Amino acid sequence: MKRQTTTILLLLLSGTLALAAASHSHWERVPARDHARANPFAGNPAAAVAGERVYNDHCAQCHKAGARGDGGKHPSLRSEQLRAVTDGDLEWFLRQGDLAHGMPSWSSLPQAQRWQLVTYLRSIQ
Amino acid sequence: MLLVDASRLSLIRCSLLGLCLPFLLVHSAAGQEKPYFVTYSHELEEPGNLEIETKTALARPDGGNHVGATAMELEYGVRAWWTSELYLDGQATSRDSTVFTGFRIENRVRPLMQEHVINPVLYVEYENIAASDKTLLEVVGHDGQSDLAAPNSTARREHEHEAELRLILSSNLRDWNIAENFIAEKNLGHSPWEFGYALGATRPLRSAAGAHDSAFGLDKFIAGAELYGGLGDTVSLTLGDTSHYIAPLLGWQLPRGMRLSFSPGFGLTETSLNRVYRVGLAYEFNQVGGWFRSGNRSAQ
Repeated sequence: MKRQTTTILLLLLSGTLALAAASHSHWERVPARDHARANPFAGNPAAAVAGERVYNDHCAQCHKAGARGDGGKHPSLRSEQLRAVTDGDLEWFLRQGDLAHGMPSWSSLPQAQRWQLVTYLRSIQ
Repeated sequence: MLLVDASRLSLIRCSLLGLCLPFLLVHSAAGQEKPYFVTYSHELEEPGNLEIETKTALARPDGGNHVGATAMELEYGVRAWWTSELYLDGQATSRDSTVFTGFRIENRVRPLMQEHVINPVLYVEYENIAASDKTLLEVVGHDGQSDLAAPNSTARREHEHEAELRLILSSNLRDWNIAENFIAEKNLGHSPWEFGYALGATRPLRSAAGAHDSAFGLDKFIAGAELYGGLGDTVSLTLGDTSHYIAPLLGWQLPRGMRLSFSPGFGLTETSLNRVYRVGLAYEFNQVGGWFRSGNRSAQ
């Protein structure tokens, strides 16, 4: 009985943490330090080409070719919202993902590839 | 003239089939996963994707015959925070036989929805395998090479229903992945809890992707090492008669969503196998969940 209660409490705690994490907009949660970070590849056409390759390998399966989205659960990445945020915000979001809403964390990608991806996304806005 | 006896031929056939099966399937996708064989990181399957991977272990226990054991892994991303897997295991022993040794069902869940310096993952597995299973997907308790030397006819009579729990702690730091797994395994019928560990570290050979797509670009290769072994059991919680291995790793992201991994493992104690060679071949299918959803829509 005691074991069951502990299990239920742990599950509730996990659920609460998950909901708390999901209840704010992604961009509001970006730490100031990450928000201000500069993209080392900003405006670099070669990095945008490499970033497109990274996009095709990892992102196009959901967000579709050209980052136009699937019209449903997977949004277009050519949006006003993305134009409004900083490169640092985008890199942070790629690293974090949004697990509660289906976006995987891409922290497993090397940081340079995440910046290349940001460069590509900037180039198509 | 090269003479190969029938049982060794069977071993080679089984290994080749295990290696090549994903090539027989069609549809492409890509992924970038770590080339671990025993260790798990906090990287989960992308939601809706199905990855099929064969993990083959080749070894020869002292006083035993050559063994080739393959685990076929079907890994599905149920949610971004939850991955489910089914393993089908089999092995071929030279001068003995080729046998199906059982199945495993496992689930990995990330309880925290954000990325942290250390990311925990909870892992639960049910195993229904024969004692003849030699896939070495984990080493726990006092597992040793003598367990692998028993003839299939004897070992396959003993069937094990086991539960395995792991606490996976994993970090992605400066392009390195560092993962620690603490393993507890229990035969549901009898026997004490057995404990084990697996530690791993990997890094891509080049961080930035190349501007030109090349299968041989350094960014397509991941190198690292893993260290794993047993930590005794609740009856004898000592390192005596336990096996430990150190294994360099190399992973190669091939075109069309395939991934090849290789690892020569070296036993560190007398109880361990001298060497274990592992080969993994993976193939990822994109958005398999969507195939069924589309089917449902058209059916309506």
